[in-house]
Amino acid sequence: MSNELIDFVIISVALLGIGIYGLSVKRNAIRMLFAVEIVINAANLNMVAFGRFLPHSGGQTLALFSIAIAAAEVAVGLSLIIVAYRMYQNIDIADYRSLKG
Amino acid sequence: MADAVFLALSVITIGSAIAALELRSLIYGSIALMGTLGGIAGFFLLLDSPFVAMFQLAVYVGSIAVLILFTVMLVKRELIFKKVEDKRRKFAGIALMLVFMVGLGAVIMDSGIKSITTDEPAVDFRDIGADFLTYYWPALILMALILAGSVTGALVLARREDVENEQRTN
Repeated sequence: MSNELIDFVIISVALLGIGIYGLSVKRNAIRMLFAVEIVINAANLNMVAFGRFLPHSGGQTLALFSIAIAAAEVAVGLSLIIVAYRMYQNIDIADYRSLKG
Repeated sequence: MADAVFLALSVITIGSAIAALELRSLIYGSIALMGTLGGIAGFFLLLDSPFVAMFQLAVYVGSIAVLILFTVMLVKRELIFKKVEDKRRKFAGIALMLVFMVGLGAVIMDSGIKSITTDEPAVDFRDIGADFLTYYWPALILMALILAGSVTGALVLARREDVENEQRTN
């Protein structure tokens, strides 16, 4: 195996940076969900990489749990976006500031 | 050192991650997000964990990306292409990203991670199955309950209140 752990960790840091940029700049709710997905994938990549290089099966197990929970999170997040879109006819999060009750 | 497959995968993954956030159309953005998720699955294959790679392809590329695509299609056409952005905020975000990447990268490069290599065989996927059924079984059951609960919750949330039952059956 020619790839080293540091390569995967660097890719993971880059993805995490892109995700943080998306979360801080974008105002579109669906795009913010994209950014959250990218951050979660960076974390999964880290877990599997460390699990490979230790080597220990815990990394892959935790990554599988993380993927399954992320699926649940996306389902709930998208349905919340749909409800908010129905209320405000917009997906801009600046409009969701008055969201209460 | 990294090989050619790794470099190609990293270009695909990071390039489509940027494209997912920056493309004007949300539909192309979600297709680019599929590219990122597929690239991560490729990394999992490089890391000798084919089971996680297949799980990633089935769950992320197969269901989450398609779910996002259908949600985007429910949104009005003008909103898909509208891009509201503050220039100053964007530059601040790029600066934050660069500071974050350089800082964290410097910390990682300085740490002992650089010298870690392994010659040991990869973890067998049978070990993962044994882990799930022995040590992690309460977590597995809890995860199943959370998944069922969240999917039911999502269905109840997205249900339209203003449509009558007779209209629904038609």
